[in-house]
Amino acid sequence: MSASSPAELTSPGLGGGLRDIRQSGFLLKLLVRKELKVRYRGSVLGLLWSYVKPGVQFVVFYVALGVFLGLERSARNPEGLPNYAVYLFSGIVLINFFSEALGNASRSIVNNGNLIKKIYLPRELFPVASVWVSAVHFFPQLVVLVAGCLLAGWHPSVFQLLAAVAGFVIVGLLATGLGLLFGSANVYFRDSENLVDMLLMVATWASPVMYAWSMVEAKLGSTWFAIYQANPITIGVELFHYAFWFPTTDGTTAMPPNLFTLWTPLGLVIALAIVILGQFTFRRLEGRFAQEL
Amino acid sequence: MVNAIEVSDISKQFVLRHTRSIKEAVVWLVKGRKGDLSEKFHALKNVSVDVKTGETVALLGLNGSGKSTLLKHISGVMLPDSGTVRTRGRVAGLIEVGAGFHPDLSGRDNVFLNGAILGMTEQQVKDRFDDIVEFSEIGQFIDTEVKFYSSGMYLRLAFSVAVHTDPEVFLIDEILAVGDEPFQRKCIDKIQELARDGKTLVVVSHDLDLVSRICDRGILLEHGNVKFDGPIHEAVSILRA
Repeated sequence: MSASSPAELTSPGLGGGLRDIRQSGFLLKLLVRKELKVRYRGSVLGLLWSYVKPGVQFVVFYVALGVFLGLERSARNPEGLPNYAVYLFSGIVLINFFSEALGNASRSIVNNGNLIKKIYLPRELFPVASVWVSAVHFFPQLVVLVAGCLLAGWHPSVFQLLAAVAGFVIVGLLATGLGLLFGSANVYFRDSENLVDMLLMVATWASPVMYAWSMVEAKLGSTWFAIYQANPITIGVELFHYAFWFPTTDGTTAMPPNLFTLWTPLGLVIALAIVILGQFTFRRLEGRFAQEL
Repeated sequence: MVNAIEVSDISKQFVLRHTRSIKEAVVWLVKGRKGDLSEKFHALKNVSVDVKTGETVALLGLNGSGKSTLLKHISGVMLPDSGTVRTRGRVAGLIEVGAGFHPDLSGRDNVFLNGAILGMTEQQVKDRFDDIVEFSEIGQFIDTEVKFYSSGMYLRLAFSVAVHTDPEVFLIDEILAVGDEPFQRKCIDKIQELARDGKTLVVVSHDLDLVSRICDRGILLEHGNVKFDGPIHEAVSILRA
């Protein structure tokens, strides 16, 4: 595109938002590769940390909640959830993906301030690269999850695998949208990264990761349960349960009603709406990134 | 000759913000917006500059006169409060060499990363990789992490990537003093070669002798206003006076 220069006059600094990302695929790839290389620099275990950390987290939760608090079904506790270990881990991996993606995306603009102040490039690249990096770190955890499922006698149908993809897409979109929103707000008010930390703590418990959705319905009643259920993370976690945990059980535990006819499409719509809102806010704020950083 | 850069009547105000937290902003709102939360100053006031394709222009002025701010508007890093900036073709900045370098990556990885940041495609970086390394004189150290480079090596590699990006418009901010004497001469030769090839150059530098050798036209800025725009020697003599 160089050399032949009957190029038109254009206004610099006005990008096309997320659409520019496709043209900058090469840069996105390199930014992701940089993050992956730099993340575990100088550590002996390297990428193994991506297995070790969720592994320890899982054991702690499993012992405390499954054994001590009695969520696991056993001979003495027939009310508990069957295969609680698989139930717990399939939710944890998705929440971990969301936490890492949103946490890093919220800090990505400020952390790359040096670059943003000096060179123009589509700034949406930084939050998107953060989400992408988290997706790469999610992969080894998924491998561990699948191994655990296979041990527990996993035999998923194609529809159940599609449910896992849908859950991942919903949560990935939500993290991208919120990442754009908080990442750009963080330039003006550094409070927003603390706000995100708090949100992430709430998010872990505001979805049926550790407990069953039926406990929430029993306590809250149908109206509040509908609000609880409209959280895209809740929908993502339930889809993961349906894909990974449900096929390892005898199939008698009920899944949330209308999960596929109502909640999954709604989750997608909400996540997309948040991406649009995030993009809109980002574009409103990015004009003054260079002077505020 | 067509215009490569059209800057028409742009102004830019900077807010010197004193507050960085929501708490202070809320307190200020609750107190009925008493006092000014922020101070403002004009970095650029109604600046208009047209640069034709192939021109070599130096932006001159004392510290704080708005030279770098103007350059940032041309590159798109900043947007003007009023007025418009338009450019033709790809604009690349040799603005602060090495801004996109990561110390924990090898020289090779940094060449690719920085090349992409400056707008090169994967194929372009691959094609020019050997030229970049040769020009930088880094040689065998290219696969060493750049945190182990001497500061001279670091700057040489960064400069080398930047001059090989091949845009239509080059913006150069205070980075001509790179490395030792022989390498400096090489950089200046390279920039003069770019000028001869018909690239548009906009240079910010305090080294007046140097810019009078490279540029034909000088724009003198003072407190965000254009004070003089004309042949480089006149601009330099006004600044020196």
